Amino acid sequence: MTAYVLRRLWQIIPTIAGVILLIFFLFNWVGGDPAMVLAGKISNPEQIANIRRQLGIDEPYWYQLWVFVKQVFTFDFGRSWSTNEEVSRILITRVGPTLTIMIPVLIITTSLAVVFSIMVAYVRGTLTDRMIMIVCTVAMSVSFLVYIIVFQWLFGFILGWFPVQGWSESFGKNLGYYAPLPIMLAVFVGLAPELRLYRSFFLDEINQDYVRTARAKGVPEKSVMLKHVLRNAMIPILTNVGIALPGIFVGSFLLEVFFSIPGLGREIITAVNRSDFPVIKAVTVYLAVITMFINLLVDVMYKVVDPRVSFK
Amino acid sequence: MSAVLRNPPLPPMQESPGLWALAWRRMRQDTVGMVSLVIVAIFLAMMAGSYTGLIAKDWNKEKGVSYANPAFLAGAENLEARSMAAKDATAKAPPVDLSDIDPLAPRYKEWEERAARIAVTETKRAEVLPFGGDKWGRDVLQKAIKGSQISIFVGLSAALLATFIGTMLGAAAGYWGGWANDVLEWVYNVFTSIPYILLILAFAAVATATGKFGKGIVPIVLILSLTGWTGIYRLMRAEYIKHSNREYVKAAQAIGASNWSRMFIHILPNVSHVALVQLSQHVVGFIKAEVILSFLGFGVPVDMVSWGTMLAEAQNELVIGKWWQLFAAGASMAILVTAFSLLTDSMRDALDPKLK
Repeated sequence: MTAYVLRRLWQIIPTIAGVILLIFFLFNWVGGDPAMVLAGKISNPEQIANIRRQLGIDEPYWYQLWVFVKQVFTFDFGRSWSTNEEVSRILITRVGPTLTIMIPVLIITTSLAVVFSIMVAYVRGTLTDRMIMIVCTVAMSVSFLVYIIVFQWLFGFILGWFPVQGWSESFGKNLGYYAPLPIMLAVFVGLAPELRLYRSFFLDEINQDYVRTARAKGVPEKSVMLKHVLRNAMIPILTNVGIALPGIFVGSFLLEVFFSIPGLGREIITAVNRSDFPVIKAVTVYLAVITMFINLLVDVMYKVVDPRVSFK
Repeated sequence: MSAVLRNPPLPPMQESPGLWALAWRRMRQDTVGMVSLVIVAIFLAMMAGSYTGLIAKDWNKEKGVSYANPAFLAGAENLEARSMAAKDATAKAPPVDLSDIDPLAPRYKEWEERAARIAVTETKRAEVLPFGGDKWGRDVLQKAIKGSQISIFVGLSAALLATFIGTMLGAAAGYWGGWANDVLEWVYNVFTSIPYILLILAFAAVATATGKFGKGIVPIVLILSLTGWTGIYRLMRAEYIKHSNREYVKAAQAIGASNWSRMFIHILPNVSHVALVQLSQHVVGFIKAEVILSFLGFGVPVDMVSWGTMLAEAQNELVIGKWWQLFAAGASMAILVTAFSLLTDSMRDALDPKLK
């Protein structure tokens, strides 16, 4: 176990190096001179000269790479090119609102999807099952944008049940007043694809031999589904949640843009709009690192959930 | 006397159907698949028609009044058009008479005569358009057709490019193994460790800031394909690992086929059905991504119309009750995406009957 974790940690190093190289290649090599990028966006030539000096634009590429590597490891990406706010401060202050939305979304979507999909899997092959699957396929084909536009208009503007958009300083008011509509939307949209996927996980398990054995020895259908099938189907479901987990930090940037939630997602969109490279570079590198560690954590969790898994 | 024994006539050779013929035969029995195929074909024909200018040629002409009503709502009140018309009327009213203080007053008559000589054609703007008009009075139906053309074209070309990149790299890694595999696996790990949407936005940031990715729809196609090849690479690599040790490849080697010819003439046709299903899946994904990126302003340029730019306009229109542009863009996208996903499913079932 320890040996496995150590080896995985050792394997992370070249990947982090690769991420740094990719971002460096993209922003410093393809992106080129900030003076060209910022022309027309920042009128103060002194400020641009300052940025160029910080990045070492007139130095050779290996020096610029060294500057970038130092930035990554000292958590110091300097200041935003457009607002002059410190990049590390931007990241820290924007994570909160994003998680306020995304953690409830992840919990509610996953639990609803598990409950509904085990119900659908139970009535597999019937008309109900097929109708639900067709509805899911159609629902998945409508753009997320359309859902947001219509829901915001309907529940916020016409019915007035929820605020159209906004955010406050207090966590309680955010969660209780501003967050429900975006959370509801994300759950609604996320449910259909997960329901389809989880249903197929349950169906895989239902056809296994141990289910037939359990039925043969007279275990009631309810406990076959809830004890035998559910516990085994939880393994692919957990994998799926593990894959989705890093995504909660980016959040649904569309929701944040539409509901003006000051989260990381909206910050990235603004940064792309303003060519604010330091912010994008920092978010990308750190989220890649977080993703790698979460993946490692999920793999270790397998062992806890399923003793059959062995560490190679 | 010896009778010459003749060989009995051979039964006519029966050509054994190939993978594609068999798949087509299975597919034809799948009603859902065939209906989706027809719908996708109609969309593709529409795309070709609009590209060559046969239909939706004048989508950019302002033919109707602002927010012209759709034909099925012809009688509805159109406040926006009325207020625009009122504004026009005040503009045409004679200006305040300043001739007693204006030093240029003696030349008024000369100017009026000159102005009268210039022919001004006033186009009559339609009150009603087949599926309504947008803010500038453009026909929403034609916009939707033109928008479909751009969105589908972006999705198709990005998916083709991504499949090409993924197949080439997957073939190299799977066939050669060794250090080629190690390097490509490293690149794959790097690309997949960054959350997908962030990767797209990072590429989009550089593309919009520097303009080095080209003009028009080229940047969005490059962004989507350069970030979206990883899944295809992984599958094609697995296929190539599986096939490169098969007997037919060894046989090809024995008769002196080069590495290149073994990779692309012998193996590729045997794994191309995997690539085809992937291609089709990625078209759907990329169309959805294009719509969102164009909505945010990182996709197709402003002088083009796509489903994404239409939805961007629709957000404000909905508040004043003009829902038809949202409906046209949303519905045409939903129909295409549903048909394409169902087609992909039935194609996968037809090509790989073991999978079910």
